[in-house]
Amino acid sequence: MDFSRRKFLKSSGQLVLGFQLIPLFSCTGSAKSQPETYSGIPVRPHGDKELIDSWIRLDAAGHVTILTGKQELGQGIRTTLLQMAAEELDVPFEICHIINGDTGQTANEGYTAGSNSVEGSGKAIRQAAAEAKRYMLTLASQTWKEDVANLSVENGIIKNKSNKEISYWKLLEGKHIEGKITGNAIPKSHEEHRLVGKPIARDDIKNLVRGKAHFVHDIRLDGMVHARVLHPPSYGAKLRTYDFSEVSKLEGVLKVIRDGSFIAVIATREYQAVKAWMLMKAISEWETPKIKVSQDSLFEDMKAKSMSPETIENSPDFNSELENASKRVKQEYHRPYHMHASTGPSCAVAEWKSGNLTVWSPTQGVYPLQNSLSDLLGIGTEKIRCIGMPGSGCYGHNGADDVSAEAALIARSFPERPVRLQWMREDEHQWEPYGSAMVIQLEAGIDEEGKIIAWGTNLFSDTHSTRPNGNGGHYISARHLEKALEFRKGGFSGGSYRNAIPLYTIPSKRLLLHNYEGPLRTSALRGLGAYGNIFALESFMDELALAAEMDPIEFRLKNLNDARAKAVLQAVRQKTSWNSAQNAANKGFGVAFSKYKNSASYFAVVAEITVDKTSKTFKLEKLTGVIDSGQCINPDGLKNQTEGGMIQSASWTLLEKVDFDENGVLSTDWNSYPILRSKEVPVVEVHIINRPELAPMGAGEAAQGPVAAAIANAVFNGTGTRVRDLPISAEKVDWNKVN
Amino acid sequence: MEPIKLNVNSENKSFSTDPSEPLLYILREEFGINSTKFGCGLQQCGACMVLLDGEAEPSCLLSCQSAQSKSIVTLEGLEKDGKLHPIQEAFIEAQAAQCGYCINGMIISAVALLRKNPNPSDKEIREALQRVICRCGTHSRFIQAVKIAAESTQPF
Repeated sequence: MDFSRRKFLKSSGQLVLGFQLIPLFSCTGSAKSQPETYSGIPVRPHGDKELIDSWIRLDAAGHVTILTGKQELGQGIRTTLLQMAAEELDVPFEICHIINGDTGQTANEGYTAGSNSVEGSGKAIRQAAAEAKRYMLTLASQTWKEDVANLSVENGIIKNKSNKEISYWKLLEGKHIEGKITGNAIPKSHEEHRLVGKPIARDDIKNLVRGKAHFVHDIRLDGMVHARVLHPPSYGAKLRTYDFSEVSKLEGVLKVIRDGSFIAVIATREYQAVKAWMLMKAISEWETPKIKVSQDSLFEDMKAKSMSPETIENSPDFNSELENASKRVKQEYHRPYHMHASTGPSCAVAEWKSGNLTVWSPTQGVYPLQNSLSDLLGIGTEKIRCIGMPGSGCYGHNGADDVSAEAALIARSFPERPVRLQWMREDEHQWEPYGSAMVIQLEAGIDEEGKIIAWGTNLFSDTHSTRPNGNGGHYISARHLEKALEFRKGGFSGGSYRNAIPLYTIPSKRLLLHNYEGPLRTSALRGLGAYGNIFALESFMDELALAAEMDPIEFRLKNLNDARAKAVLQAVRQKTSWNSAQNAANKGFGVAFSKYKNSASYFAVVAEITVDKTSKTFKLEKLTGVIDSGQCINPDGLKNQTEGGMIQSASWTLLEKVDFDENGVLSTDWNSYPILRSKEVPVVEVHIINRPELAPMGAGEAAQGPVAAAIANAVFNGTGTRVRDLPISAEKVDWNKVN
Repeated sequence: MEPIKLNVNSENKSFSTDPSEPLLYILREEFGINSTKFGCGLQQCGACMVLLDGEAEPSCLLSCQSAQSKSIVTLEGLEKDGKLHPIQEAFIEAQAAQCGYCINGMIISAVALLRKNPNPSDKEIREALQRVICRCGTHSRFIQAVKIAAESTQPF
C-alpha cells in the first residue's frame, strides 16, 4: 500500500469503504460552481490495481462509486462503464456513480485513446465488480455459515434459499476491507445480463440540456482569475520587441507574464483578459522563420525528403508474385493535414497553492499529464494533482494538454489564486497538433479469378503521436520559454501504418514506411494513420474490382476469409438494397470496409450521392453503416459514436484541409477551415451486429477510414472520376465524363 | 459610468462594467450562466447563442450596452416551474449530444424556429441549425430531437 494512503486511512480513523470526509474540492479552495459529482466517498489515493478498492467503493449510504482512469470525452464512457459495473455487482444502475481520471483518486490507466476504454478499463472494472460481488458473497457465507452456492444477489441484497437477506452495505458495517483482485471471480455469462446490452440513457445529457456546470470551462472557484496566452504567429517565432506597459495599465489587468516568447495576461474578468490579449497581439513584433515547404509541393516534398524506408512487412516472393499477376494496378493517394477543431477552444484551471499544484484539465490522461508537468516545472509528481474534467469534444491529442501546461505556468507566477485559461479560436486552429498529411502508393496484382495475389504499399507520413507522456518539451509553451525545453520528437509511431496492411487474404505483401519530418505540428487525430490508409486501401479495392470486372462487394467477399468481416459487408449490402439501388439515375453508390487496427470493430459502410451535372455538383445524401463491436454494452451509445464518426469523417473527406503558406497556418477560424454543417450533413443510419458471447471491442474510431473510401467510391460510381486526392470536392470531378 | 441594466431569464440586474463587454462574458460572470459558451468570438459557431427578443443570436460580439432593453433568454431560462421545456425533453429523448459543447446553440436555434414554425420540414430544421458548429457530428440527432419536439402538444 502506498504510504500516503496508509497514513490517510490511519489518520482519518476510518475503516470504511467510504464516508464523506473530504469534499472533492475542499483541499484546493472552495467552489462557487462545480459540475455536480456524487461526493459520498472521501477523496483518497488509490492503492495498487490489484485492490478492488482501486476500482469500486461501496459506501455506508448505500451507493456504489466506480473509479476509472479513463476520461469522459463525449463518447459516453461513463454510462458504459457504469453499466458493466452495475451488471456484475448486481446493484441498481441508479445508485452507481463514477469518478474519472484524478491522480488523487483513480488508478493510472494511461491515455484515453485508441478506442481502448471498454476493452481496457471496462474489462478491469468488470473483473473488479465480479471480485467485489464474490467477496461479499463469501463474507455472507461465513457470517451465516452457509454454502456460497445457496446464496444469490439482487439489487445489492444477498439472499439465501429461505429468503434470509442482508444488503452489501449492512454486511460491510462500515468496515474498510481491502479485497484483492484474485482473478478467480468469473464475470457473468451474457445470458445473465440484464443491464449490459440495454440502451441506457446518458445521465450527463440531462445536465447539458439545462446548462448545468459540466465542462472544465464551467469551473468557478473563489478568487479565480482569467488568463489568455498570446501565442506566436507561427512555429519557431521569437518575440522581437515588446512594450507591454500599456497592457498592464488596462482595467482589471493583474499581471503580464513574459518568459522568452511565452506571453500571458491575467485579469480579474474574462473579457478584460481578452481585451488585453487583443492589444498585446496588435503591438507585439516577432521574428518569424519561414515555413520552407509550400503547400502546393507538399506531397512531392514528402516523397523526396522522407527518410529511407522502414520495412514493416515484406514477403520474400513479393516481386515475383506481382510479376505473375494477370492484372496489375498501381495508384497514389493523398491525405492533407486535418485538424481536430474542437467546438470549444481548450480550457484548463490551475492553482498553485503553498507549493502544490492542482490542475483541472480536459486531458486524455491525468497521469501522463502529471509526469509531463513535473518535467516542465521541475517539481515532484507528489506536488501535482491532475483532475480530469470533460472538455469540448476530444478526438485525440488536441490542445487539452497544452492549455493545461500553460495554465500551470501562469499559476506558478501568480500563486495562491486559481487561474482559468481558455484559448482563443485562432490558438486552437493554429496551435493544436494536426493529423499528418500522408502519401499512400499502392500496387497490387490479381489473378484471373479475381483473387489478390500480391499487395505492396509505400507509405509517407509524419508522426501520429507526439503526446507529452512525461516530456515537458512536447508542450508548445515549453519551446517558447526563455529556458526552452527541447522538443525530442522521439520515434515515429506505429500509428502511421495503422490499418495499412489489408485484412484481405493476400499471400504476398510488402509495406514500406517512409517517415517524414513535415512543416506542421502533428500528433494523434482520431484513427491516426488508419484514416488515410483505409481511404487509400478501400479506394484501391474498388479500382482492383474494376480491373477484375467484379462488383465491389463481391470482390471484397471473394478476398476475405474472416466471417465477421464478410457479415458486415453482407449486412450493408442487404440494408441498402445494393444490387437494385445501382440502377437509379443521377446517383452514385460506394462501399468500404475495415476492421479497425485489424484488431477492433468491424465496420462496413455504403455512401449514396446525388449527381447534378447542370450545376456540376454532387451531394452526399446518406451513409449506411453496419458495425460489429463484439458484445455491445450500450447500443444507443455505440450508434451515437458511430454516427458521429461517420459525419466527422464525411466532413474531413469532403471539405477539410489545413492551409498554410511560408508565414504560417492560414486556417485560423471556421471560415478559413469550413466543416460540414446541418444543411450538408448526410442522413446517417447505423446497424449493429451484436455478438454478446464475444468480448466488447473498441468502436470510437471505426468509421473514420471506411467513410472516406465509401465516398470516393460513390463519386467514382456516380461521375466516373476517381478522386485520389483529399478532400473530394466537385472541382476535382471531370464533368465531361458525366452522362 | 452608467450602470448596465439587463433582463436575463426574467431577472433584472444592474451592474457597472465596460459597456463594450460582450453579453457572453456578462452572462457567465454576472449571472453565473453556464450554457452560453465561448466558441470562436467571431459569430461563426453559435456556441454562445441566446434568445434575444425571441431570435437566436450569438452573444460573443454583442455589447452588453446594446443588449439593454431586450429580453434575453438562455437555456437556463427555458425550464418553467421545475418542468423542462419540450425541446429539452426531446434532446434527452433523442440522446442528442456527444461532448455537448454545442447543445446550447442547437437548442436555442431550435426554440426560435419552433416558436415561428411549429411544424418545420427537414430542410427548415437544417437551415435553422446551420449557424451552429458541431464537431462531434451529432447533427442527425439534433434534427431528430427538433422533430420530436415539434410533435409535442405543449406550448413553446
